[in-house]
This record gives sequence, structure tokens and C-alpha cells, in this order.
Amino acid sequence: MSARPAPRPSSFDVAAIRRDFPILDQKINGKPLVYLDNAASSQRPQQVLDAITHYYTHDHANVHRGVHTLSQRATDAYEGTREIVRQFINARDTKEIIFVRGTTEAVNLVAQSFVRPKVGPGDEILISGLEHHANIVPWQLVCEQTGASLKVIPITQSGEVDFAAFEKLIGPRTKLLALAHVSNALGTVVPVEKFIAVARQHGVPVLLDGAQAVPHGKVDVRALGCDFYCFSSHKMVGPTGMGILYGRQALLEAMPPWQGGGDMILSVSFEKTTYNQLPWKFEAGTPNIAGTIGLGAAIRYLESIGLERIAAYEHELLVYATQRVQEIPGVRIIGTAPQKAAVVSFVMDGIHPHDIGTILDTEGVAIRTGHHCAMPVMDFFRIPATARASMSFYNTFEEVDALAAALEHTRKVLG
Amino acid sequence: MDLKDLYRDVIVDHNRNPRNFGKLDPADAHADGHNPLCGDRLSLYVNLDGDRIREVKFDGSGCAISVASASLLTEAVKGKSRPEVKALFDDMHSLLTQHDSTVDVSKLGKLAALSGVREFPARVKCASLCWHTLNAALDQQAEPVSTE
Ligand SMILES: Cc1ncc(COP(=O)(O)O)c(C=O)c1O
Repeated sequence: MSARPAPRPSSFDVAAIRRDFPILDQKINGKPLVYLDNAASSQRPQQVLDAITHYYTHDHANVHRGVHTLSQRATDAYEGTREIVRQFINARDTKEIIFVRGTTEAVNLVAQSFVRPKVGPGDEILISGLEHHANIVPWQLVCEQTGASLKVIPITQSGEVDFAAFEKLIGPRTKLLALAHVSNALGTVVPVEKFIAVARQHGVPVLLDGAQAVPHGKVDVRALGCDFYCFSSHKMVGPTGMGILYGRQALLEAMPPWQGGGDMILSVSFEKTTYNQLPWKFEAGTPNIAGTIGLGAAIRYLESIGLERIAAYEHELLVYATQRVQEIPGVRIIGTAPQKAAVVSFVMDGIHPHDIGTILDTEGVAIRTGHHCAMPVMDFFRIPATARASMSFYNTFEEVDALAAALEHTRKVLG
Repeated sequence: MDLKDLYRDVIVDHNRNPRNFGKLDPADAHADGHNPLCGDRLSLYVNLDGDRIREVKFDGSGCAISVASASLLTEAVKGKSRPEVKALFDDMHSLLTQHDSTVDVSKLGKLAALSGVREFPARVKCASLCWHTLNAALDQQAEPVSTE
């Protein structure tokens, strides 16, 4: 067993952070919970829970509808979050921040409203072999609907998107590049700036799936230069059922509404309906007000710790976990890109990931096992599944030790 | 929830050394089973003597529970008639899913080792995959033979 790295800089007080997350303080099967399934969904700090409770306790009414005080309060809190999100990702204008249900809905919105109207047979949509199903299937639907075809940039043995192959695949037929910023299955941080620069030269718009990127480091959509950026609140200590589509204003202006209903209109008659302006044009119906307010609190919380500090601490966790997992006999880490988020995906000789998951759970250790909604990634590595430990800033080095011990135990039970 | 209830020695043994592992070619009946949640894939091959299973083999890959369950299944159903297999299927279903199952485990032999699975709801499908696959294989065989 290897020595732990030097003690954390005292400025990162993980013990204090953990006190903000009441759910972490519990036993599972008699053992302290070690929650290492953050890539699937993170946990919520008390600050987020309080914001939601406060909203429902004091301020709830429908938004944009009433002159009464509660409706005004709800609207202010809801629209206030748009500004919080704008600052968080450094968008130019709150018009560019569309509230949606999650990354999945954001991608589908762009697929149906931006891409579908402008592609046909002979056109191509370019994605990578690393993508989550949420950044594959919406494009397959558009291809079925329009006759366009889907092209896939291959990945390499280390789990990186093959840049040379990409340069050959992009061309005059390419109508969109849709790329993960960070892979959920392997943790690869895709050097999206490089890809975006090439896409620019070809005049190809770019959508980034930022579901795994946003909670783990500073994202600046203008510095990236992407056209669309999608992410989910529930992976960044915010509520479920809530997500963000960022889109460049000029593109969003030109796009038709995706869903129709209340809120997305200025006036309706049976002869003619006038759509609302951005961003509401894309927000039909009563939105997830509590989720939005909770997301605002989540962003405030992350910023109070500091995204750079979160990234630095999680990187130390990654380095340590990689080392601890690697030294267990028979373990092979899948995804060894030089730049990774705090995700360790692995397989064990002769032991199926599903069995690893069950045995770890009896030790209180929660990891994800399976294909991680990235079946093509599994196919590429010719494995049915992996076990995946994904860490967040509230995890500790001791928890990594508990993971390693539980994996040793797994080997004893089934090895 | 005791791990020892799930990974009993019989199960660990059948996972490490699956019995009747391989293909039957030709086979009178064959079906594939897939559990997309965990990626388990099994194929079952059956040769029949009239109504009776003369030979049965499986191949594929999966977790310890699904492999051991398939291995145990092949041992249990060899030589059994369709109605006997059906009765066994029902018993296994009850054993795997019902806490108050009244199945007489003494008549299940080694298959009884799978009773611990019901304490692990996420794993029930792993154990039942091979049984559903066997059903599919036998049903397909029951279809009217083409007269050409
Ligand atoms: C990389 C990536 N993209 C998309 C998604 C889909 O996110 P959601 O289910 O929140 O819509 C996920 C989450 O599972 C993800 O990890």
C-alpha cells in the first residue's frame, strides 16, 4: 500500500465542506457511506436544500403571470438565476441562457430547432466515439428525419478523440460538430479548443456537451468559442430536472421555437401567434422554478469554494485514486488520457463489474457499474461494462482508501 | 444483507468453472438473452429427444450471478421434459423474487444456492436471464414446423 500524498493545503477544508452535505453522513450496510458515483449525479449541500425550501415556504407562485407579490418574488428569483448562470459561464447576455430539463433536453432542442431545419441528404453531423447516448441519439433522430448522416470521430486506446482523424472527417458537408467536453465513461477532458478552431475554419457550428465539465472546473463559453453549451444541474450539486442550454444569441434568434405553449408567446390568436423573445421563446409552459432557484444556490455554493480550487483538489484525488486502484492486482484502468476529470473507470480480471458494484455496496462504497450510457465506448474497448469511481470535491483521500480496501475484498470474495 | 448469501461457494465455483459451457451445432433450439443494464449476454442451445431436453449448453459473458445461474440451469434441466422445465421455471421465479416463497428448496438441489439473490433486488435479473432465455428457446421450438 502506498503512502498518502502530503496533507491537503489547509485552505481546502473538506471536513467543513462535508458538513454541508447531510446525505453523506450515513451508514450503508453498517459502513460509512463512500459516495463515488458523482458522474451519475452529485449530492446537494444544505444551502441548495434551504433555497428550495425557502422558495416553497415563502415565495412560490407561477412566474411571469401575476401582478401579485408572490408571483413577482418567484419571477425575480427565477430570472435572477439567469444572471447567475450567465456570469457563471461568462455568456454575453441572459438571452443566451435557456432553462431546460437537463443536458439531454438541451441537445434535443438544438437537434430539432437548429439542425433539423437546415440539413438534408448529403449533409453530415459529426460527433465523437466518446459521446454519452444523449449526444448520439438526438442526432440519429435528426438523421432519420432528414436523410443527413452521422459521422463519428474515432477514439484512441487511451480514450482520447483522434484529432488527426477529425481533421480528415470535417469538411464542406459537415453541418454541426457535437462533442463532449469531458467524457462521463472515462473522464477524458477533450481539448475542445483545438477542435473548435478547426471547425471555425470550416464554418461549422459547435455544440459542447458540458454535463461532466461544468461541476469540475471553470467554464467560459466565450473563451471556448462554442456556439452551444449544454449542462445539467444535478451533476453540479443542484436539483434534478433542471439544465441549461447556452446558445449564441444570433443563432437562437434565428431558430424556431421547439415546443409551443404558454410563456413562449407574446400573443395568440387562431390566425396568428407571435412568439416571445429570447430566452422565453424556448421556455414553453410553467418551468421548473424551484429547480432553477436551487441551481442558482448551487452555483453560488460552488463559487464560494472556487472552481479553480475544486479542480485542483479533485485532481489530487484523481492522481491518488488512479495510483491506489492501479496497484490492485488484475485491475486495468480504461481511459488513460493525460487530461482527465476525477473519474477512474476500470475492469478487473475475471470479475464482472456488476459483481464489483454489489460487493462494494456491501462495504458502503457507491460506484457505478455498466456501460455508463456510452455503449459505443464499451464496444471500442471490447468490454461489456466497466466499474467507475467518480469523485467530487467533498470526497476524501480516506474514501479512496476505502475504495481500494473494498476492491481488495472483492478479489477475496470472487478472485 | 450478507454477501455470503449471494456469493455462496456453489455460485463462485460455477462462475469460475461453468458447466456445459459452449455451443451446440446444430441445435434443435437456440435463443439469445441480453441484459442491457449490465451487458450480460447469454446464448442457450438445446437438443431435444421428443419432449425431453437431451443436451443443453450455454455461452456468453456476464456477471458471476448470471454465469453461475446459467451453469446451474444446464445441470438442472438436462433430461427434463417441457412440463418439468416449466415447473422448475416457476419455482425459480418464486425463489428469486418472493421473500415468502413457499418453494421446497430441498427439491431444487444446487439451484437453491441462488435463493440469496432475492436480498439483492438489483441482481434478480442477472439470475433469471438464463431462465427466460431457455423459455424463449423452447417456445421457438414449439412453433409449427414449416412444411415447405
Ligand atoms: C457526458 C454526459 N452527457 C449527457 C448526460 C445526460 O445528462 P442528463 O441525464 O442530466 O440529461 C450525461 C449524464 O448522464 C453525461 O454524463
